[in-house]
Amino acid sequence: MKYLMLLYASRPGLPEPGSEELATLIAEWATARQAMADAGVLIDCAPLQPVEASTTVRVRDGGTLLTDGPAAEIKEHFGGFTLVECADLDDALKWAATLPTARDGSVEVRPLIQVGGPS
Amino acid sequence: MAALTRMFGDLDAAADAVQEACALAVAKWPVTGVPANPRAWLTGTARHKALDRMRREAGRAEKEAAAMREFGDRQDPGSRAYDDTAPDDELALIFMCCHPAFDPAVRVALTLRCVCGLSTAEIAAALLAPEPTVAQRVVRAKRKIRQAGISFGVPAGDDLAGRLAVVLRVIYLVFTAGHLAAHGDRLIRGELCDQAIRLARGLTTLLPAEPEAAGLLALLLLTDARRAARLDDAGELVLLADQDRTRWDRAMISEGEELLERALRAGKPGPYQLHAAIAACHSCDETTDWREVAALYGELIRYEPTPVVAANRAVAVAMAEGPAAGLVILDTISDSLASWPQLHIARAELLRRLGREGDAREAYHAALRLGPPAPEREFLQRRLGELTEPGR
Repeated sequence: MKYLMLLYASRPGLPEPGSEELATLIAEWATARQAMADAGVLIDCAPLQPVEASTTVRVRDGGTLLTDGPAAEIKEHFGGFTLVECADLDDALKWAATLPTARDGSVEVRPLIQVGGPS
Repeated sequence: MAALTRMFGDLDAAADAVQEACALAVAKWPVTGVPANPRAWLTGTARHKALDRMRREAGRAEKEAAAMREFGDRQDPGSRAYDDTAPDDELALIFMCCHPAFDPAVRVALTLRCVCGLSTAEIAAALLAPEPTVAQRVVRAKRKIRQAGISFGVPAGDDLAGRLAVVLRVIYLVFTAGHLAAHGDRLIRGELCDQAIRLARGLTTLLPAEPEAAGLLALLLLTDARRAARLDDAGELVLLADQDRTRWDRAMISEGEELLERALRAGKPGPYQLHAAIAACHSCDETTDWREVAALYGELIRYEPTPVVAANRAVAVAMAEGPAAGLVILDTISDSLASWPQLHIARAELLRRLGREGDAREAYHAALRLGPPAPEREFLQRRLGELTEPGR
């Protein structure tokens, strides 16, 4: 079963380039990523550019409307995702707890609907 | 599912049966391989499950009237939840209903529905929640099991201890909801106490090597043994010290004591065994051994480092070694419990026994200012009346 882990950080953006904080974060993520890859559960994992880089698309009455910015303003900073394939929720929750974001922000584990198979 | 719904004329029953069959398939097929005709396997299994359920429901109706408060039923280990299902499936079902991915209130409702077989109306009545709320909780939870891939199985290895703690907590919550109903017309809801004991008994049978499961059952039996003595003729709560001990259920107490003794012999102590040991101290015929109670609370703090446990320990120390010793402990935690009326009441009682009437009066007033329930308010006002007025 596939699970999308939505990564909500405690603050927007990444630490200062060149800072020790950033180096630590990168190292922690590398460890977490490697562990998931070695276990064969990792499909993809990436941080996102800031919401200022977002463009929201809506098609209404045959016309495409573009909005500069995110679809919804939310308090949490949605800053990345991790996509895994696990045996069950328990397994996915265990991996979610290994992600650095879980320690200072939060990780929402959201099951994917299996398209083209039994859901 | 359509075929099953036609067969049983009940969408919910069919849906449940299909879901159970799918859950079994998810658990079994990776091990046994996918059967030649998966569809037929699912339908067959689902029909079997639906028949099981109907048998259970039918048996239930007969037992229902007699079972609710009958003592005999409480003694019957072959209660309806554990009679016709394979032990492993039964255990897996309990762990599924008590999954930590559910909200605690959802775990309680789901367990009462799926493991105990209560109807949503019965659950709503017992938990004093609106029936649509309970129904919605159960429906959403069942949906989440399917959508989120909550697996049907008994946690293995290191995971078992953590998950078992959640299951024990759910059973404990069912019991406390009945033991001292927070609101509603009745202070004690015996049917919930019975269900909790039934669940704990089932779990102890299924997991005989887990002393904490036995510890919980012992705790519930020792506590529930006092049920008949806990209310006076007017329906008011009677404090432990004032209870008529001849109305305690001796058979339940000795069963609880035996269970506890056997559990402790395993040498794997835990919070429920300690709570049970404290309950056993309060259940003995002679006067309570407060030194022992204080020592047990001292142990319990290692598992539950809460100010409430510390306050209970302080009271036990005061009973064992005198009010001054208890007061020293209470004063170290009074900041973190300033909004808990019981803390001020305990302090006031100790101050009064030490003859510090002015301080005692202040503490009684502090408790009153927190707006305690009516019976406690009356008690506090009576105590204040007994103290001499200042300046006389």
